[in-house]
Amino acid sequence: MILTVLVVFVGGTTWTVVHSFTKSKLLPKLNFVGLDQYERLWGTRRWLVSIENLAMYGALSLIFTLVIGFTLAALLDRKIRGEAVFRTIFLYPFALSFIVTGLAWQWILNPDLGVQQVVRDLGWTTFELNPLNNPETVMYGILVAGLWQGTGLIMVIMLAGLRGIDEDIWKAARVDGIGTTKTYVRIIIPMMRPVFVTALVLIASGIIKLYDLVVALTNGGPGLSSEVPAKYVINYMFRAQNLGQGFAASTMMLVSVAIILIPWAFLEFGGKKRG
Amino acid sequence: MKIKQSISGLAAAISFGLCASVQATELEVTHWWTSGGEAAAVSEFAKAFDATGNKWVDGAIAGSGGTARPIIISRILGGDPMGATQLNHGRQAEELIEEGLLTDLTDLADKEGWRDFVNPSSLLDACTLDGRIYCAPVNIHSGQWLWLSHGAFKEAGIDVPQNWAEFVAAAPQLAEAGILPLAMGQQGWQQNLAFGTITVAVAGMEAWTEVSVNKNAEVAAGPVYKEVFEAAAAARELAKGSNVQDWNMATNLVITDKAGGQIMGDWAQGEFQVAGQVAGEDYTCLPGLGVNEILDTGGDAFYFPVVDDEETQKAQMELASLLVSPKVQVDFNLKKGSLPIRGDIDLSTANDCMQKGLKILAAGNVLPSGDMALSPDTQTQIEDLMAEFWSTDMSAADAQASYAAIIEDAE
Amino acid sequence: MADLNSDPQGPRPRRVFSRTNIMLYGTLIVVALYYLLPLYVMIATSLKGMPEIRLGNIFAPPVEVTFEPWVKAWSTACTGINCDGLSRGFWNSVQILVPSVILSIAIASINGYALARWRFKGSELFFSILIVGAFIPYQTMLYPLVIILREIGLMGSLWGLVLVHTIFGMPILTLLFRNYFAAIPEDLHKAARVDGAGFWGIYFRIMLPMSLPIFVVAMILQVTGIWNDFLFGVIYTKPDTYPMTVQLNNIVNSVQGIKEYNVNMAATLLTAAVPLLLYFVSGKLFVRGIAAGAVKG
Repeated sequence: MILTVLVVFVGGTTWTVVHSFTKSKLLPKLNFVGLDQYERLWGTRRWLVSIENLAMYGALSLIFTLVIGFTLAALLDRKIRGEAVFRTIFLYPFALSFIVTGLAWQWILNPDLGVQQVVRDLGWTTFELNPLNNPETVMYGILVAGLWQGTGLIMVIMLAGLRGIDEDIWKAARVDGIGTTKTYVRIIIPMMRPVFVTALVLIASGIIKLYDLVVALTNGGPGLSSEVPAKYVINYMFRAQNLGQGFAASTMMLVSVAIILIPWAFLEFGGKKRG
Repeated sequence: MKIKQSISGLAAAISFGLCASVQATELEVTHWWTSGGEAAAVSEFAKAFDATGNKWVDGAIAGSGGTARPIIISRILGGDPMGATQLNHGRQAEELIEEGLLTDLTDLADKEGWRDFVNPSSLLDACTLDGRIYCAPVNIHSGQWLWLSHGAFKEAGIDVPQNWAEFVAAAPQLAEAGILPLAMGQQGWQQNLAFGTITVAVAGMEAWTEVSVNKNAEVAAGPVYKEVFEAAAAARELAKGSNVQDWNMATNLVITDKAGGQIMGDWAQGEFQVAGQVAGEDYTCLPGLGVNEILDTGGDAFYFPVVDDEETQKAQMELASLLVSPKVQVDFNLKKGSLPIRGDIDLSTANDCMQKGLKILAAGNVLPSGDMALSPDTQTQIEDLMAEFWSTDMSAADAQASYAAIIEDAE
Repeated sequence: MADLNSDPQGPRPRRVFSRTNIMLYGTLIVVALYYLLPLYVMIATSLKGMPEIRLGNIFAPPVEVTFEPWVKAWSTACTGINCDGLSRGFWNSVQILVPSVILSIAIASINGYALARWRFKGSELFFSILIVGAFIPYQTMLYPLVIILREIGLMGSLWGLVLVHTIFGMPILTLLFRNYFAAIPEDLHKAARVDGAGFWGIYFRIMLPMSLPIFVVAMILQVTGIWNDFLFGVIYTKPDTYPMTVQLNNIVNSVQGIKEYNVNMAATLLTAAVPLLLYFVSGKLFVRGIAAGAVKG
């Protein structure tokens, strides 16, 4: 199994990188053109906009998902009534396919159908909530729906982590008179480091692969203002039938992931041995 | 590959010609027609095919461009293809043909005289590579229609326009009455469709052909196209405040009299019908924006991947022959709401807008569709440009310059 | 407090109507409303007829409640020429789901355990490659996978699909288990080795019982991912064995024609039923994980 996984991931990635130097169209072919695809890629406005969007969305999504996910988990972990109900409510969006949930969000955020109209009907006639049709705010609109879908899973992972922490720790903290918040920040969170790493990778990989959500909510619009890299890759591979261009874009994505991951891997394995 | 192709073509022709056995062969057919009306239309194919003693195994996958295509191609590449598959005809299948993965239908087409009855002939040209025919066209869809709401114009107290210029002139009064003049879904393909329609109306067929077919970047950068971009920029103003994504949401604005009009393909008609509206009374359709009554002739076609099994090959040929046969053409297209590919059949039961389309076809005022003229890569680039142009303040001159650059690089 | 160990941990709020308590429940309820809003819109829409939907008030409760969209989504909606709705692919989905989930979680948990406790040569490189694998968009791997499956002769078979799901589940799952196991105190492991327990002994007798919550998380991830998968399901199988999501896609994703929003919503909710059921049922395991963990004390 280990071998299969290696063959698929290493082999598949190498295959992709090699074909990014070709001018493959509909079918993968080895007709090399050097760096042409990359030159075109970096000269394309849509790609540049995509990267900018992803950076902005990524930073916000990472912070908010971690904070909200952990806070919800901590709240649920305080022996509350109806934990199962709340947990299911926070988690259910994860199970719904975005093809249609996206439509529900589109409606809610639509100025003529959704929240804006309801609030205006209540009397605040100048109220404005129309994020998806404004190039300046569209990524925030997507973020609202993205957090809705993704935070539940992180909450569950955090909750599992919290459940793994010894009751004695809490007892000891209470005996020492340390406040609840302080206990979380000083003791619990550092103990949960591996769980946070898992959550981080999960969130980050979700961000990089961000595609369905955008397609369902805006399809990249208005104009190009909510385009993201994964959408560029998939569009160019399958819609434009320009595999070379799509592979060049996905190679760039992998390179940037590697740039972030390699230092982390050194920190994790190179420094102190913990095993 | 060439040899393999002609052998399999020959084998298919022989087996088709000689055997008339009644043994049932299962043929898996992939297509992306899944809505109610589309499914009803496909069942006409399936029924007719099953009646020949074979069996239609349905492999419907909704979503043409991004969804169905990678699936279809993967299956063909995986060496375990379906018996037949829908694909947009035009340049999209060229590579599969060059790899020898699609069956040559030329012998069948010659025998049945497809060249004689397929109208317009550009449909068959789109199936042809190096003189050989590889697909069976089944219908015609056209994009150049302006749909107008009678209710909206009544509310604004003006007559329903009869062409694009009148529509533009009426726009301020619509806006005054609180009606959005032009409904536009905020997606690149819809904006590109509107642009293409305006192009044909403003620049005319000659300039369009020079740019889209001959890839003449000079014309694209020239004065005729300057007018096109200025007209498009004016249309952009009319569509300001159109906060919808899906094309049918935009159509719904026209149906509910919230918008004056929409530029959309003939498939928009289904929406009006479902809402119980009558052409000529509740809405008007203007092909070619009422300026140049010209329609493009996009549409759907079926391709037949090369398979080893002789029985399957035989069934493939039977299906191909069936798809273009007169009765199946009528039954299918009436349900689908599209135009038939044959000029020699009677469609008197079709409604108003469809009749208009038929008349234009009969007169031969047709263009090849963008699918046939431009590569998907070029089309995607133009769509990206249009998406940006329609939703920002990008100037007409800048857009024209970028457009000319894309045409310059087009293959 | 005999059942102390079976309860969630954390400081116990003292009075029922304390200020903290009001804040706590207040926050949870407000957040829950935000999470429930789209669900409300979807359910309300799924119970309306099309004319009512065209009126356009998405928040209005249905005037005339109709279950027809649900019936249609399940049993009569057409996907191509087959008009038997989602029911067509339900069992296919189950057949794909069960082996894929079991296999991927079994392998990943052992992988994670080995990586956390039994370092082997190259294990760190292997782990790093896995992590990078988590970031690859599936779509770019489509054609290489087709080629691999064709070469090993699994193209078009159920086991080919199970293999694909297992491979793509591997990165995140392995990471999940490795990091969870890594947080379990080292001493336990050492003590067990002194007692003569081997690789499998420790895995089954110590690691497994202590990590029920993380198995639940893994299950949530895999069941959701595989149940909702569309792309692999349709490429690596045949029409007869298409999963339910193919029908869902066909119902909601038609290129032309009328969009029946009520049927779309009903179909989506129906498709999500299996993972949702799992989320709810698995709640029990979240608590019991700690009870079993008490073994360690």
